[in-house]
Amino acid sequence: MTVKQLSVFVENRAGRLSTITRLLGDNGINIRAMSIADTKDFGILRLIVNDSEKALEVLKANSYAVTCTNVLALRLSDKPGGLADAMTCLYKDNISVEYMYAAFISETEETAYLILRTDKTDEAVTALTEGGFKLVSDEEMRSL
Amino acid sequence: MEDQKLYRDKEHECMSREEMKALQSKKLVAQVKHVWDNVPYYRKKMEEMGVSPDDIKSVDDLHKLPFLSKADLRDAYPKGLLAVPQSECVRIQSTSGTTGKRVVAFYTQNDVDMWEECVARAIVAAGGTNEDVCQVAYGYGLFTGGAGLHGGSHKVGCLTLPMSSGNTERQIQFMQDLGATILCCTPSYAAYIGEVVKEMGLKPEDLPLKAGIFGAEPWTEEMRQEIEKSLGIKAYDIYGLTELSGPGVAFECSEQSGMHINEDHFIAEIINPETGEVLPDGTKGELVFTSIDKEAFPLLRYRTRDICVLSRKKCSCGRTLVKMAKPMGRSDDMLIIKGVNVFPSQIESVLIKMSNATPNYQIVVDRVGTTDTFEILVEISDDMFSDTIKTYEELQKKISQDIKSVLGIRAKIKLVEPKSIPRSEGKAVRVIDRRKLV
Repeated sequence: MTVKQLSVFVENRAGRLSTITRLLGDNGINIRAMSIADTKDFGILRLIVNDSEKALEVLKANSYAVTCTNVLALRLSDKPGGLADAMTCLYKDNISVEYMYAAFISETEETAYLILRTDKTDEAVTALTEGGFKLVSDEEMRSL
Repeated sequence: MEDQKLYRDKEHECMSREEMKALQSKKLVAQVKHVWDNVPYYRKKMEEMGVSPDDIKSVDDLHKLPFLSKADLRDAYPKGLLAVPQSECVRIQSTSGTTGKRVVAFYTQNDVDMWEECVARAIVAAGGTNEDVCQVAYGYGLFTGGAGLHGGSHKVGCLTLPMSSGNTERQIQFMQDLGATILCCTPSYAAYIGEVVKEMGLKPEDLPLKAGIFGAEPWTEEMRQEIEKSLGIKAYDIYGLTELSGPGVAFECSEQSGMHINEDHFIAEIINPETGEVLPDGTKGELVFTSIDKEAFPLLRYRTRDICVLSRKKCSCGRTLVKMAKPMGRSDDMLIIKGVNVFPSQIESVLIKMSNATPNYQIVVDRVGTTDTFEILVEISDDMFSDTIKTYEELQKKISQDIKSVLGIRAKIKLVEPKSIPRSEGKAVRVIDRRKLV
């Protein structure tokens, strides 16, 4: 139970994000979650979108350096300790988080969504599912 | 007595044209025979052209011989052009080659002596005597700069300071404490020393220096004036190639207008780089050298790729040795960055190892103040895509390390987006050199 994340290599130049997001927007792609990891010269824009296949196609057609990775989309209770419970669950099974970021979406005020990548994707899926956490699929992501 | 101060070797430096031709012819005939007998690689080239040593009777027959190029040096690497048993060699020096392989030159003791004598002529022409203290701030090691000036300084009898390059404040400290009168280094390092002198609150007259011998990279008249002013010296140019010996193939005299070629050791020709046709003196073309008294690594008609002009106009210094202008460019794509020869193909050889296809890249060279900056933009290609910063940073580091090990100098590696390097007629522009050196 994973979702597809697109990672785009972006140079640190004025206007790059504007161009990429406009390109996605013009092609009817909705961004559900995103984060930017940056260095001095470049960054990686990570995107969860409603239609990852189409987004991948559009970005490639426009010569962007883009890769597709499977990440976890985790639903949490939006209350103190909600995230800590999930982290404890992973830590218990000796799974490390490589990066994570919050998503824009949520059906109700009681829940929050988190995108995360771990060093062991399959084990993380098992650990979280068995620990009673809700993971979102690509399909569900589309309809959220 | 006075002549001894003016010239290292008046007999050869001021020889009449006829005597020089006779000497060159005699040496050339012997050199060709030496190569024919001992270097199968070149002998084959001669045979292919239907030339034998019998056809070479004087310098007038030089044009009959085949050319040697850097590609030949690469093909024959490392010992294919060695003309004596290795046991007779005492030294190796090296410079970077065209595709990652370095050019390796061998020397017998006589070769080292000849080279150092050539450098000694340059030092004497710059006013050097055994009263002088000569600070050698060229890099030591495989690079011929340090070894060449060091050896020449010994021959003249100067007190030699083998500083090597770097640690500029210490250079200046030694210069002052030990009374260095002659500085030898790359012109860009000399200019940098000048800047540090100023930063340290010193004036040119606080330095004991009187002259500088600068080479291994292109420099302009403006740089000369700047260096002369900032260090309070006269700045002399020196020219050479590791393949031929090292610095000292040609050197500047008090007139400071072109470099006298040590013609009793090297015959210079100017050719049309397209056709190979020999051009008359005074015409711009590619400089070709023939060594005529080398033992270990004789090179006949070696194409330097430097675009240059020769002049036989009478020189006020009294030397009759032909003069070459500062090289005006290259007939290949070699760049000289921080005194190091850099071929785009070397960069390619590193990048090709990073991915299945050669990534698009662009070399950007500039000069900030007096220091060359060297940046390589590398377009991210399909098989380099990654999800993590770490992967890209490792890639950057790997390229940087490989470039350092191939070229010996560091480049700043900048990863850029696909298709972001401007193309001209579909081909990426490989080199942007903003230094305006010629």
